[in-house]
Amino acid sequence: MSFSAPSMENGFSSPRNESFPAGLRVLVVDDDPTWLKILEKMLKKCSYEVTTCGLAREALKLLRERKDGYDIVISDVNMPDMDGFKLLEHVGLEMDLPVLMMSVDGETSRVMKGVQHGACDYLLKPIRMKELRNIWQHVFRKKIHEIRDIESHDSYDGIQISRNGSELSDDGHMFCGEDLAYVKKRKDFENKHDDIGDHSSTKKHRVVWSVDLHQKFVKAVNQIGFDSKYEVGPKKILDLMNVPWLTRENVASHLQKYRLYLSRLQKENDLKASLGGIKLSDLPSKDPAGSFGLQSSINGNQNDVPNGRYQFSGDNFFAQDVDSKNHEGDLKRVVSETKRTLTADLPDPQDMRTQMSFDHSFGSLDSEVNFAAIPAPYSWSKAPENQFKEEHKPLLQLEDGFSQLPPSGIHNHIQIDDPLQSASSITSGLSMTGREICGPEKIKPLYPQYSSNHMSILSPKESAFDSFPVQSKSQMVKHQSFEPISTAISSMKPQGFNLSCITDFESCQRNLISATDSTFEPFNEDLTVCWLEGDCHSMNFGLPNVEFTDYIDPGFIAEFPIYLCDTLTSDTECPFDPPEYSIVDQGLFLS
Amino acid sequence: MDKNRLQRQLDMKRSLIDQGYLDEQFIQLEELQDEDSPNFVEDMVTMFYNNSARLLENIEQALVTGPIDFPKLDDYMHQFKGSSSSIGATRVKNECTRFLEHCTAGNAEGCVRTFLRVKQEHAILRTKLETYFQLARQAGSSASGGAKAR
Repeated sequence: MSFSAPSMENGFSSPRNESFPAGLRVLVVDDDPTWLKILEKMLKKCSYEVTTCGLAREALKLLRERKDGYDIVISDVNMPDMDGFKLLEHVGLEMDLPVLMMSVDGETSRVMKGVQHGACDYLLKPIRMKELRNIWQHVFRKKIHEIRDIESHDSYDGIQISRNGSELSDDGHMFCGEDLAYVKKRKDFENKHDDIGDHSSTKKHRVVWSVDLHQKFVKAVNQIGFDSKYEVGPKKILDLMNVPWLTRENVASHLQKYRLYLSRLQKENDLKASLGGIKLSDLPSKDPAGSFGLQSSINGNQNDVPNGRYQFSGDNFFAQDVDSKNHEGDLKRVVSETKRTLTADLPDPQDMRTQMSFDHSFGSLDSEVNFAAIPAPYSWSKAPENQFKEEHKPLLQLEDGFSQLPPSGIHNHIQIDDPLQSASSITSGLSMTGREICGPEKIKPLYPQYSSNHMSILSPKESAFDSFPVQSKSQMVKHQSFEPISTAISSMKPQGFNLSCITDFESCQRNLISATDSTFEPFNEDLTVCWLEGDCHSMNFGLPNVEFTDYIDPGFIAEFPIYLCDTLTSDTECPFDPPEYSIVDQGLFLS
Repeated sequence: MDKNRLQRQLDMKRSLIDQGYLDEQFIQLEELQDEDSPNFVEDMVTMFYNNSARLLENIEQALVTGPIDFPKLDDYMHQFKGSSSSIGATRVKNECTRFLEHCTAGNAEGCVRTFLRVKQEHAILRTKLETYFQLARQAGSSASGGAKAR
């Protein structure tokens, strides 16, 4: 089988896609030398490209060094230097690659643990050749989801998110590395495989949640009041939105996704809490001041990198709290969590609310930014993704430096396991947010150093932009529909995470929190929403190399994933072009 | 190729499988053997035995040293069991499973007892495999893997 080359381009960095699954790049990690050799032999027989590793740390190192160097990871559960589950989480968070676990122990509890930690599959030793022959399906699946997510959220053809915030299209859309053609191809690809798809939220009758639409949605949600999330119902939202052709059902499903997003962010937060502290080294925080990065980047100003990058790589968006440097681990975990939990459905708003409390999850940040949309307890633990609550207090509490953009949120939409997917969606979303976020200048990129990966900021799909008054920093906060920027550092290069952003994050958080409310206070402080932007790759399917670009969008825009972009220079309006936004949306919601 | 010798090799293999010393995994190893790795099976077995000696030592130390750390023992034995599964050492694996049961139950005496059984099976298999590979060599390299001749 082969993926259509263009669409897989991003996903696979090599042309081997043409003969997929041959050439699949597998990283095998096992402390047992005999098994390592045997697996290597077996995989080679499957025509895969194999790299073996006897230590988990070594494996992580390899993965980080070559972000886009592998398609799938197979790891043993029992390893001396690091628990296989931990490795699993790291990989999920940072690279958003499919991971298969192996063990001689097939005990249900262990298998369950594996699945909980995000394993795509759990293989029992002795492993048969035929089992290995089929592992490509996990890679394929991720790609599909990614595409779908992009598709579903991509109401605009040619949404392009510029990877480096570099150029903007005429209308100010951010374009990612991919060009329009690519996007189109992807769409085609996805359409072709629509049936294969599965839980992706793009389903038949989907409404394209454009940036504008999403913004309206978030605005409506916020109007109803974040606090009253329990009462937020589709009908009410629909009424407020005042979009004649939209149905209650459309809103309901969109709301669900939003909630999932938020809850997922929360989960990630929790995870984060347990993780060490992710270093967002590359957080691009270019412009902390209030620029919610997005804007600028969106505007295509060439980016300030942080802004520019909205690329979400699949799940890599993180709402990173700049301040929480130490949350690297958590972030990672969160990312993985979000990634994993990325589901298209958003849990109930209620959940979201609770989930969004990133506070909990991120213990470290004091000023937890509450994403308006984020439900209270944001736990990184696989919380439902909808953490992203639009109404939200847009600011996700970036705990531990995680911008709470619930990565999951984005993931949610994407339903992908692949962070990249979400990233892409987020990217679009980000753009939107960028606009909104423009306001507060304080928003400092959460992770200044985050350069490498994109964070997928869950930006509500569309319409989020509208709700964000981009122009002034202060406005930004308004929306706070900040979709918690999931600090999903899914693709984040672990090393890159320096949570320098976190520091900013904290302040951002504060801002966010204050900003949260529906009134959207301008963010004065930096929104710590950091989104790690990955390069456009993230858009690719499941690219392992999601890098976190360094823009951080502080903007919490209610609907948009908050990304703290330092590049968000608020002063200008960041016109979000829908296309960009939709990508983000895709990340967030799959309508 | 000596047909008789080949036959002997095959018969021995069949017998080892029938008696439960080896399982499907061993066959799979043979199937992996090719021109690039003509002695793949034997190489893997050698590697296993080299590595497993260390693992067994760890277990033994954990058993004789001070109060028994069952979780650690569990880990070690899982490692060993996993390793044994690599070459299809069924009997060894089964003994490992019994050991693990005792380990989970915190039964030190049971652990010691079953551990001795593990070591025993481990040693018996080694001897048998040495014989087997000798037969394989005598039967001719093309048949040493026995991949075709199941």
